[in-house]
Order: sequence, then structure tokens, then C-alpha cells
Amino acid sequence: MNLNALRSLSRAIFLGFVRDRAALFFSILMPILFLLLFGSIYKSASAPKVTVIEVGRVSLLDQAEAASPAQLGKVLKVTHEANLAAALESVRKGDTDAVVQQQGHTLVVHYSIADQTTAGIVQAVFTSIVQQADAAAAGVHAGYQLTTEQVENKSLKPIQYLAPGLLGWAVASGGAFGASITLVNWRQKQLLRRLRLAPVSVGSVVLARVGVSLAIAIVQLAAFLAIATLPYFGLKLSANWWMSIPVVLCGTLAFMAIGLLIGSFAKTQESATAVANVVILPMAFLGGAFIPLDYAPSWIREVSYAMPLRYLVTGMQNVMARGEAAAAALPAIGILLALAALLTAISIRVFRWDAV
Amino acid sequence: MSATISVANLRKSYGSTVAVGGVSFAVEQGEFFGILGPNGAGKTTTLEMLEGLREPDDGELSVLGLRPWPRNPALLPRIGVQLQSSSFFERLTAREQIRTFASLYGVSARRADEMLGVVGLEESAETKTEKLSGGQAQRLSIACALVHDPELVFMDEPTGALDPAARRNLWDLLRRINADGRTVVLTTHHMDEAETLCDRVAIMDHGQILRLGAPAVLVRDLDSPVRISVESGLLSAADATATASSAEVTDDGVSLTIATHDPAPVLASLAGHHALAGLRVQGATLEDVFLALTGREYRA
Repeated sequence: MNLNALRSLSRAIFLGFVRDRAALFFSILMPILFLLLFGSIYKSASAPKVTVIEVGRVSLLDQAEAASPAQLGKVLKVTHEANLAAALESVRKGDTDAVVQQQGHTLVVHYSIADQTTAGIVQAVFTSIVQQADAAAAGVHAGYQLTTEQVENKSLKPIQYLAPGLLGWAVASGGAFGASITLVNWRQKQLLRRLRLAPVSVGSVVLARVGVSLAIAIVQLAAFLAIATLPYFGLKLSANWWMSIPVVLCGTLAFMAIGLLIGSFAKTQESATAVANVVILPMAFLGGAFIPLDYAPSWIREVSYAMPLRYLVTGMQNVMARGEAAAAALPAIGILLALAALLTAISIRVFRWDAV
Repeated sequence: MSATISVANLRKSYGSTVAVGGVSFAVEQGEFFGILGPNGAGKTTTLEMLEGLREPDDGELSVLGLRPWPRNPALLPRIGVQLQSSSFFERLTAREQIRTFASLYGVSARRADEMLGVVGLEESAETKTEKLSGGQAQRLSIACALVHDPELVFMDEPTGALDPAARRNLWDLLRRINADGRTVVLTTHHMDEAETLCDRVAIMDHGQILRLGAPAVLVRDLDSPVRISVESGLLSAADATATASSAEVTDDGVSLTIATHDPAPVLASLAGHHALAGLRVQGATLEDVFLALTGREYRA
């Protein structure tokens, strides 16, 4: 292998990439803008407080508030309203989660079950208030009392799924578009043929193109980690985050192989771009890049196993955010490499040097 | 024998379509050889087999004493190829482009820069190839084909989409390339180009070589009448017909034209009548030979 040729081919391809404003925008800038946007939107989204309208005087609630204002304040936000009908309308509209009234010794709670989580919280909180009041009325000293503690769910912090998800999408797009457009353009412009007529091995040409794409993927990873770990977004990298580097590299290979296959069939850059979009975009939704699989409907979770992007995204998530052992990324790496090998083998069979 | 290229009974078919149906020719060292033919005649397929891009179905083929197929790494550094498309890397400047190609052949950047000078592109060295004019891009493409100083150069329709001035300019360059001792093989469908540049041409159609020889010889062999024309009104039609035994006379009101196989007595007679104003004498051209061989019907 001719190292000089390899170096100058890589340089030529790299310059071609960094001078392509559209490619720079779509592979680096746009994913980062998405990260900034979604990161800011979801940043404040922790477990929601339940908003309650108190109609008339609800002595039970007042007692509970007086007893442990700090505890209750974590879960409930109470406002007052004289008119029951207006309060109920507010629940119907979804502006308020519940309306509470007291009629003698009966506590009436009106709530919507539109959001089951909130409905559950409403039920639990008021049941607990009634039980405590019951116990107090019976003269029993409260041996137990309500305290609320939000559990720091491993998968819950938005930045922890946003960063690997959007990065996975960026790496996948970069690989698939890079490989397919290069192949189609070079074939159309007869650069493939020209290189075949030069004393340079096919291996050098492929290695140069793959090498540049791997370097671009590492730049994407670095940019994402730099932004996501800013205190504002607050991604805390787990100990084995470095395993996300081989995951990104293998993901790039897998998606370049997808691009290679697309480029082997597509005749023009336009059709290659269209097909790559049709492959990548649904995969971003179904493979856990845009919609975190933890919150996705079960059918998406099942479909996601067929999406190569799933393995890239979850592989990174496991080692980057969930704090799993380095070996947790190995299955994803294995699947991505196997896919790369399979698709490359198919591409070699249908490969064409020339447009005609 | 030391022919640079020797081809015997070369054949290539695509499915049931015969692209090249048994052609034989030889190109000598230092020769400027042209392959002419309408679109679909088999020129490009022939060239591709010579370059080693396609495997011949049958026939003998030797280029610089080597077999081009399968891809022969010993042959590649000795040939230069200029393709129909410009085949550049995207978004590189002219200088970066030729240096990249130079490095594929193990040629220094200094030599690559010199080559830019040879084709007159020093001024545009820092221009991106997408921004070069058609003529400049073609000259860069040729420079990239010559950067490793090949003995044999193949060019596929090098002046395809150029304006007349750019074509003349390129012809000078091609002549210099050949004058340096390189063998040049080009395909073209511009007859004037072949007539001006080529030592010998092969006229191809339907996968066969119809004629092969020096352009002047092919024209002479056509034995078509010489057309002599002068301004109208200098000579009556009767006088004009009388100038030669088998002359065909037409007068369109602008020019009086006499077509004859025997021009000497016609010219003498015109001089005798003092009727030489606006004189033009046109012999047949390679284009006439070409059209006589391939027919005039339009083929896309």
C-alpha cells in the first residue's frame, strides 16, 4: 500500500468535506442545534407538581399543609377558587390537575384521568392525607408520616438520552450520506474510473474514504460531549464513557455500508440522497434516536430491534449515561460490525465502476 | 515489430449488441492516431479495451508490449488517460487537484506545479475546479493525465463541449504533447480536428473500421468533385458550362459554382474571362469522407 497516495487521497476527500457547507451543516451543525434546542426544552422537565384548586375551605388540606408544608409543597401546588363550576372547567381543560372540596367529613377530589401518572399522584396524596387525619382524629400518635422523595431514575434525565440519541442520528446520517453520495458522484464524474486507471489500489481509495468518515464521526462525538457536559445541560459521563468511541466508529462503518449499498444502486446524487433519507429518518424515530425507547410505545420498542440505529444509540447510552460496564457496549459493537460486513459483501457483488 | 499498440480481430458485445465486431489496427510509436465515428460506433468501447477498463470477448491486444486486461499495474504508470467527464475531486483547487493525482503516481508536487504551467494554468492554480471555464477544466484534465509523463496518452473527445477559440487553443497543446514524442490516441467526432491533428485516422461505424489512413489520403480516395465558385454575374451560365467537359454549374444569385473533377482548365478559362473576383476552390474534406461512409441520417 502506497502511504503517500493514501495520505493525499485522504487529504483530498477531507478538504472536499470541510469545503462543503451543506455537508458541514447537516452532519455537525444541525445535530448540535437540535441538541441545544431539545436540551433546553427538556432541561426543566423533572417530575411535575400536581396543581390543585381548593374550593371553599378544606380543613384537612390546611391541616396537612400546616403539619408539613415542605413535604406537601414538593408534590402539590394549591390555589383557591370560590366557584366550583369554574374550577371543574379548569380541570376539564387540563390547566389544573384536580379540584378538592370538603363536605363535612367527606373529602371530594375531582380529577381527570387523561394523564394516568398525575391521576395516580392525586389519588395517592389525598388518600394519604385522609389516613393521617383519620389517625389524628382517633387520637393515635402518627407513627408514620408522608414524605415524598423523587427517585433519580437512571434513564430519566433528558440530556442522557438526548445526547446519545441525537449523536447516533448524526453519525448515522454522516456515514450513510457520505458513502452513498461519494460513490454516486465519483461514478458519475468518472473519478472512479480515473482512479482505477491510476496505479493505486482499491484498498487505498476505500481506506481513505472510510478514514475521513471515521475522523468526522470522532469530531461529532467530541462536539456533542463538549456541549452536553456543559453545566447548563449537565450530562455526567459515566466511568466507561470512552467505550462510546468504538461504538461510534463501528456505527460509522455500519452506516457507511448502508450508504455503499444505496450508492451501488442509485444513479444520481438526488436519488441517493432521497433513498438515504427514506432509510435514516424513520430509523431515527423508530430506533430510539428522537424518541427515547424507555418512553416509546411498546410496538416501537419491538420494531427498534430491527433498526441498526438502535444498537448505535443504546450502545452509547449504556456506557455514556447509564454507567454500565465497558462490556455492555460489546453486543452493540458486534451487531454493527456484522451488519457492516454483510452489507459490504452485498455491495461488492452489485458494485459498478461506471454509470453505463 | 515494435508497434505501440497492436490490435487484431478485437471483439466486444453487450448481450446481443455488438459494440466492437472484430477490428484490427496498429499504432506506431510517436504517432497521433484518431478514431472517428458517430455516437454508438464503438469508439469508446475500443478505447476502454485499450486502456484495460473492459475485457475483450475475443482478439489479440497489446499495449506497449503488455496486456491491458486484467488491470495491469505495470502498464498503468506508462499510459495517461483523459476521460470524457472531467473526473476531478470535489471542491479542490486546480493545484490541489493535480498534486493529488501526481501523488498517486509517486510524482512530486514540484513537477505537478510545472505541469500546470505547461497547460497555461498558473494563473488559475488557486481556483476551485468547479469555477474553471470549460477550456481550463479540459486543460487541467489533460495536465492530470500527463503529470506522470506517460509514453502513451488516450483522450476521449477532448474538445467535446468547447467554443472554437478554446478548441484551437487546445489543439496547440495536443500538438505539443505529440511533438514531445508521445503517442496520442484520441476519439472525436469533429472532422476538422482529426484532419488538423491526426497522422492517421480510423473511421468506425457499427463496430467496424471502415477506412484507415492519413486524412489527406482518405480525402483523395473519395474522388469527389472540386467546387470552384466566383461572384455571380461575372460569367454567363453557358460560358461557365463551356469551361470544362463535365462541369456541373449552379448560380444562386450570390455565387456561381462549378463542380468538376478536372479543375485546371476551369481555372484557366475563368482567368481568361477575367472572372476571378471572390474565387474559392473547395476540395472534399474528411467530413465528406465520413458522411459518404456512415450516411447522413441523424443518430442521437
